[in-house]
Amino acid sequence: MNKPVESPNRVIKSQHVKLGTKNKMDQTYTDINTMFYDAERTPSFMTGSEVIRQAIKVASVGTSVAYPITPQSEAAALIGELYSEGYLDEYFRGESEFAVMGQCAGAAFGGHRVFTTTAGPGTLRAMENFPMWAGSRLPIQVCVTMRGVNSPLSIQPDTLEASYLLETGMLMWHAETAQDLYDFILKGFIVAEQPDVHIPIATMCDGFFVTHTKDTVMLPPEDLCLTPYDPYKSPVPCMDMECPPIRMMRDPFIMKSNYISYSTHASWQQEVRAAVERSRKHTIPLLDGLIDVENIDREILLVSSGTAVSQGREAIRLLEEEGIKVGLVKIKTIRPFPHEEIREATKRAKHIFVPEFNMAGWLAREIKAVVPDNERVIAGPHVAGGMTMPSEVIVEEIKKYLGIKVASNR
Amino acid sequence: MNKDKITLCEDLADIMPPEYHELVETATYGKEGRGWKDIGSSKELIEQHSLCAGCPESIAFRYILASLPAPENTVFVGSTGCTSLVFPHVAVQNIHSLFGNQNAIASGLKRTLKRRFPDVEKDVVVLAGDGATVDIGLDMTMQSWFRQEKFTTICFDNELYANTGGQESGLMQKGFVAKMAPAGKNFDKVRLPEIAREAGCHYVAMLTVSKPNRVEKAIRNAIMVAREIGPTYIQLYTPCILEIGKQSMEGLDEMKDAESIGGRFVMKEYISDQAQELLDTIAAEEKAKKKAAKEKKTVSA
Repeated sequence: MNKPVESPNRVIKSQHVKLGTKNKMDQTYTDINTMFYDAERTPSFMTGSEVIRQAIKVASVGTSVAYPITPQSEAAALIGELYSEGYLDEYFRGESEFAVMGQCAGAAFGGHRVFTTTAGPGTLRAMENFPMWAGSRLPIQVCVTMRGVNSPLSIQPDTLEASYLLETGMLMWHAETAQDLYDFILKGFIVAEQPDVHIPIATMCDGFFVTHTKDTVMLPPEDLCLTPYDPYKSPVPCMDMECPPIRMMRDPFIMKSNYISYSTHASWQQEVRAAVERSRKHTIPLLDGLIDVENIDREILLVSSGTAVSQGREAIRLLEEEGIKVGLVKIKTIRPFPHEEIREATKRAKHIFVPEFNMAGWLAREIKAVVPDNERVIAGPHVAGGMTMPSEVIVEEIKKYLGIKVASNR
Repeated sequence: MNKDKITLCEDLADIMPPEYHELVETATYGKEGRGWKDIGSSKELIEQHSLCAGCPESIAFRYILASLPAPENTVFVGSTGCTSLVFPHVAVQNIHSLFGNQNAIASGLKRTLKRRFPDVEKDVVVLAGDGATVDIGLDMTMQSWFRQEKFTTICFDNELYANTGGQESGLMQKGFVAKMAPAGKNFDKVRLPEIAREAGCHYVAMLTVSKPNRVEKAIRNAIMVAREIGPTYIQLYTPCILEIGKQSMEGLDEMKDAESIGGRFVMKEYISDQAQELLDTIAAEEKAKKKAAKEKKTVSA
């Protein structure tokens, strides 16, 4: 669990026929291991939106479909610029998120690597497509720059929409920083496209906090790029009439009210969930585990994902000054949910605080569902609707819970 | 793909279904002069279907399959409804994803196939009912036309939601009493052919499926124009005999009545100048080919 992997080949080395050859933009198709562990990385100072562009520039994406919604609009437009420069084969603006996700599905059915971005109300409008992507085994990547869900109207950061995505059958990775976002986008394609996984992935970040702030990001050279998607490694046929069509079933099972129809649908859903679990073996070496831990031998732990982790780190520093020692668990993958890892990391903790940027406390619920003695889990502090979560708020929550008097000077 | 790709592995031949054997042995893929007259010659042209007995949609499906200029390089995109009952039986790849998003799927698919196979014409054909095309999916139907996406949209117009049990749809006639229209539908049948013309379709046809020749010609025209120029739309009247209270053998009469003078489905065609030019060229080429064949026959005789 969560141990650094020593192997030089972090994931199965790419056997792609195009490895080492150049694309039309003079980039060399490169194995993901080489890109992340051998190539020299240089620092760049840029916004999260620009980081998305930088990742897509080297991701050998075939199609991207865009639609404006704050806070992902800038990233989606920057991908359009990459298209006009020649880095993507197809790019256009769809008419709504529901249509965009359908257009993405069409491109993926046709054999392209597909990337799109959405946020908040857009995620919810697109919702019907996500289980369809998973059920159709389309390894599309959607970058979700999370924001509030209406009503009342909000364009501010809020991670509520992630709770709606939990049972879609997609992989869900939650980036804390711009660096995470860059790494997750590229590594996400590799994991999602493994033949034994081959399901969509939502790479999530907290809107504005990550998309609109500048951060230092270590980037590999731009003249390297991922090997292209190989549609013939898909576990289901690519819809390009290059392999013989089959008569799928004697009678369409959907209209048959019998055990076979129930069983077909149920087993397919089980298979999608099994594919999510199978992604672990590719994800653990690539992300150095599904969680990161610091000082988990302490009695008090902060367990969270996204930028709440960053605020937690600062809160831990403030508490340390007062002699209160707190450990940290950062959850990187929401699906697959690292239940074993979390049980192990929190087994010595007496108090588990889960700070979140949403009203529902969905991450706390997920954690409560997997740890023993779950009265240890304190769902909070919460902020929502775009509020920031100053580290002091986390400090206060912990102190209050411990019965330490907090100065009420605010 | 061409027919050479459809072969049987000898070791596994005995467990392959008869439909596949038939496809290998008698499929009409690539056959010269392929058309509706081939119906009945192979399982591939829907020997059996799972629609109601006598359903005109089953006739439409057969005509469409037999009329495809290149079935070996055609992908269907469907939607939820009675049509989705037929897709498992067709010998071309087909996508069912959701209800109403068929033209969005087709947009992404066609663009991708164009990029991946620049030298092969891969036809994308949408087949959906009137609920999917005109009601829940109208946004995506029209937007694909605005964007000039190069594929054909075929709407099976049965003037109601058949698969869910006969509810009012946008293409239903005004005044018709149906589920969800208990006092009769109170607005006119949506004029989608005219909307299609205004939205940028280069070839539009509305007709019944009573005359196979006409259907074949319309399908071929629509696909050829979609390949070269832009979006095309075909609306086929395929009455739901079950929901309008007809017998199995009465579908054909219903269609003939509907297309007679003054009827709702008198055949209409809108062809853009650009499309007309293309169709004239194709017709001239075919004529020349026939003439040459005839001359060759005369000489050899």
